[in-house]
Amino acid sequence: MSTNEHSATAHTDHDHAHHDHKPGGGITRWLYTTNHKDIGTLYLLFSLLMFFIGGIFAMVIRAELFQPGLQLVQPQFFNQMTTLHGLIMVFGAVMPAFVGLANWLVPMMIGAPDMALPRMNNWSFWILPFSFTILLSTLFMDGGAPAAGWTFYAPLSTKYSGDSTAFFVFAVHLLGISSIMGAMNVIVTIFNLRAPGMTWMKLPLFVWTWLITAFLLIAVMPVLAGTVTMVLTDKYFGTSFFDAAGGGDPIMFQHIFWFFGHPEVYIMILPAFGIVSSIVPTFARKPLFGYESMVWATSSIAFLSFIVWMHHMFTTGMPVTAELFFMYSTMLIAVPTGVKVFNWVATMWRGAMTFETPMMFALAFIVLFTIGGFSGLMLAIVPADFQYQDTYFVVAHFHYVLVTGAVFSIVAAVYYWLPKWTGVMYDERLGQLHFWCSLVSVNMLFFPMHFVGLAGMPRRIPDYALQFANFNAFISIGGFLFGLSQLIFLAVIFKAIRRKGVKATDQVWEGAEGLEWTIPSPAPYHTFETPPHVK
Amino acid sequence: MHKPLLYKLLLIGACMFAFTFALIPFYSVFCKLTGLNGKTANSSAIAATTVDLQREISVEFLATVDKSIPWTFAPEVPRVTVHPGEVRVVNFRVENLTSEAMIAQAVPSVSPGQAAQFFKKMECFCFTQQPLQGKESKLMRLQFYIDPALPAETKTVTLSYTLYRVVAQ
Amino acid sequence: MKRYFSNRNFLVWLLLSCCSLPLLAEASSFNMTQGVTSISHDVYSLHMVIFYICCAIAVVVFGLMFWAILRHRKARGVQPAQFHGSTKMEILWTAIPVAILIVMAIPATKTLLEMEDASKSDISILVTGSQWKWHYKYLDYPIEYYSLLSTPSAQIHNTAEKGEHYLREVDRPLVLPTGKKIRFLMTSDDVIHSWWVPAFAIKKDANPGFINEIWTRVDQPGVYRGQCAELCGKDHGFMPIVVEVKAPAEFDAWVKEQAEATAKAQADAQALAPMTKEDLMALGQKTYEARCAPCHQVSGEGLPGVFPALKGSVVATKNLPLHLQTVILGRAGTAMQAFGKQLSISEIAAVITYERNAWGNDTGDLVQAKDVAAAMPAKE
Repeated sequence: MSTNEHSATAHTDHDHAHHDHKPGGGITRWLYTTNHKDIGTLYLLFSLLMFFIGGIFAMVIRAELFQPGLQLVQPQFFNQMTTLHGLIMVFGAVMPAFVGLANWLVPMMIGAPDMALPRMNNWSFWILPFSFTILLSTLFMDGGAPAAGWTFYAPLSTKYSGDSTAFFVFAVHLLGISSIMGAMNVIVTIFNLRAPGMTWMKLPLFVWTWLITAFLLIAVMPVLAGTVTMVLTDKYFGTSFFDAAGGGDPIMFQHIFWFFGHPEVYIMILPAFGIVSSIVPTFARKPLFGYESMVWATSSIAFLSFIVWMHHMFTTGMPVTAELFFMYSTMLIAVPTGVKVFNWVATMWRGAMTFETPMMFALAFIVLFTIGGFSGLMLAIVPADFQYQDTYFVVAHFHYVLVTGAVFSIVAAVYYWLPKWTGVMYDERLGQLHFWCSLVSVNMLFFPMHFVGLAGMPRRIPDYALQFANFNAFISIGGFLFGLSQLIFLAVIFKAIRRKGVKATDQVWEGAEGLEWTIPSPAPYHTFETPPHVK
Repeated sequence: MHKPLLYKLLLIGACMFAFTFALIPFYSVFCKLTGLNGKTANSSAIAATTVDLQREISVEFLATVDKSIPWTFAPEVPRVTVHPGEVRVVNFRVENLTSEAMIAQAVPSVSPGQAAQFFKKMECFCFTQQPLQGKESKLMRLQFYIDPALPAETKTVTLSYTLYRVVAQ
Repeated sequence: MKRYFSNRNFLVWLLLSCCSLPLLAEASSFNMTQGVTSISHDVYSLHMVIFYICCAIAVVVFGLMFWAILRHRKARGVQPAQFHGSTKMEILWTAIPVAILIVMAIPATKTLLEMEDASKSDISILVTGSQWKWHYKYLDYPIEYYSLLSTPSAQIHNTAEKGEHYLREVDRPLVLPTGKKIRFLMTSDDVIHSWWVPAFAIKKDANPGFINEIWTRVDQPGVYRGQCAELCGKDHGFMPIVVEVKAPAEFDAWVKEQAEATAKAQADAQALAPMTKEDLMALGQKTYEARCAPCHQVSGEGLPGVFPALKGSVVATKNLPLHLQTVILGRAGTAMQAFGKQLSISEIAAVITYERNAWGNDTGDLVQAKDVAAAMPAKE
């Protein structure tokens, strides 16, 4: 391993960068920055903004569903809201948040001075605001925004869509390029810039999970780009990839989309596993249980994600053999996922736990993500899936894994590393308030969705039969409360950015271990200019 | 010094993009082999050598007209009973209800999908363009047999055609 | 660990929660329906079995976790242990889930194989989805018709009180006999729809250009309701499914009645009696609101960029032949369907009259059934 030599070269590069890009004032600092901490901050703030925009769309959805009948919006606009809510939350909030965390943390965790490709890093961030401006601008077009769902099944998204399709396709191309560049940067950084002594099996789990995520991104974002390109040519250039009339097949769209879509789901959860695996040992004051099996489990989940895509399509009609294969392969995912949960519990076992806000969110993650895992297992059972498919049961399932899973892990990460970023402890009382408000409201919001789904309410409908009325009113109230609770989060972050709080120590948390806790708080603009030696 | 790795990663990305488009022909081949989407092969089959007189298969015909084209389209008989291997002819009648000349083509689909590969067409009008003058009507011929290798549990095979309009470029 | 499990409180709590779960599930109407077919019963028990297994796993895993949270906290002054791995435990908690999964997979596979066997059916029905209605064609009888949402628009827009079956009622339900194996063939005229009746545990996508099949056998007469389950555009939430299952004798009577009604409707159309403007406008408004308003809106203003306005449009105010042609034959390449095969001649006449006289389109044109008949494509 020639880590030493690499780091030395990077060091020279970096010295050069140091003189050119001192943190100046004003907007140009942020426009031209190539510093991983600046870019990490930009990603995180951008994703926070998107989280609130996507959240407003969710509030519109919940407000319309508060009572049966059409009150606030028309069905076409309702479909635009569900579509944009999905797209913004997946591509605008969750994914950029993880890239932001990777930017901040990966170099500090592996003892690198910066990301390997700083200029590409700048570019990959600044593409995003353009991409989402294009996507959101469709709201103001004639015919409105895309309304075919975030899964944009053909032919609803081709023959039967409005002209916003072209804008949507272009926006997806841009954010795809951004994600791929971000992923390449992470891989090159982890391969080439590890400090001397930082061997593969010493990498913090967050770095491992992100490395695997980055490979998933490079493998499947081009597939998404290909899919939207086909949608574009089908709609405007007379091809018939997905049109039976010209010899194509609309079901093929779903095959290609879910070949991207399922690994995409794990792109949004693997880094979360890494975060929880960092937080639980810190607050249990005990090393992570089963490090090797965690790495093994993450890799097998990533591998399995490529052979389960048809479980999203059981009702499209397929041979029994295919249904059986995809049922078994999907059930198999429960095994490595279970290993992770058991390892976390074993890490807590006989530890000396304290329950600061990051730990609270991580604990909630473990319980609530596991509930999402259970409903996922139920959904894998094909005969039962015929009853669950496209109902609120599915909505409950993926919100448990994405909101109380991915989003909770991101929030936990922010609380956990915020003192390192800002140099001051966040307001613990506000943090606990945020946690308890979020925990109660998120379960009011998503738990009853299981019941309305089982009782027969399909997803993506703006109005519903009367037997679902009480539950929907309750769900909507939970939704509004969850939305309001996030304002507390905003207040916490705002206070910390204003440096209002107790000065944080270098180690910040009593049980924290890892290179990022050896540097001062706040982390200086340049860290590890001389690579540390990991014993 | 990061370039070799970066280029490899770029290559993976480019390959995956190309792979997406390669999935299209791959999917067709896969469907033909497994009957995944119930599409049938084109008319190229030659007659079977044996006829299995022990089994009887009910073959149903469905004809649907896409809303893009105001034609009528129907099989002359809704269903026939055949022995596997026995060659049959069924005619479909199309009529252009408008006074303009139009071109259409029929897209086949077989259910259950696994039966598709055993539905052998010797002469067929599927995927061929059918021009009709205004108010013209015509009979389209389908000559087929059911492969005796059809799995024993399949008793009914449905062949559905959807007629689509072809707009000349 | 043994010591903790012998804790009596913990055991009692575990037992209580296990016992109360089935009670909760039975009592609640917010569980999956047991349905009325043998398949739907199988699916229900499969759902419950897997649910209980998940609950049991949850009790054990979360139980241990909360035990650790209660006992192994710094506030109690404990010293953290430093173990960080155990191959034995790892193997154990890989093997146990695999065993549980195999137990789950066996009944699931059995039910699935039964569900997918559509052979030896008694009756076949072609179900065609289109934006936003279902069409049923009985392949064994000369019966076919569209089935549309019958909830009045006033109820949807909260100006009238909502009925008992709000959004789950149709003008003409699908009628099936009891005790017969019914085979459904599914296809679509435009986008992907999904035909779902929870009581039969049937959900199958209707794909344009392709057919799918699925079957059911219902033994209990009754009315069963469901709705489209795949996002199919604007009015996805407004295309319900109602199935009326009747005893065979009643079903046969219904078949006969349908044949007579079809014959009578044809005779009526032959007569082509002219209607008064009031009658035309009344029938036209009713037809328009049921069939045309989903896209062109009750106000006739359409949806900009998606569906064109009729109010003040050239077609609806000037070019009558084009107006007739558009309604009868549809517009190729757009969402405009050919209503010639969906509506009766007098309904088409009324709806065109209505469109040419409503919303300030006051052309004064009266279109009668004979005008429509003349414009209809000739049948041999």
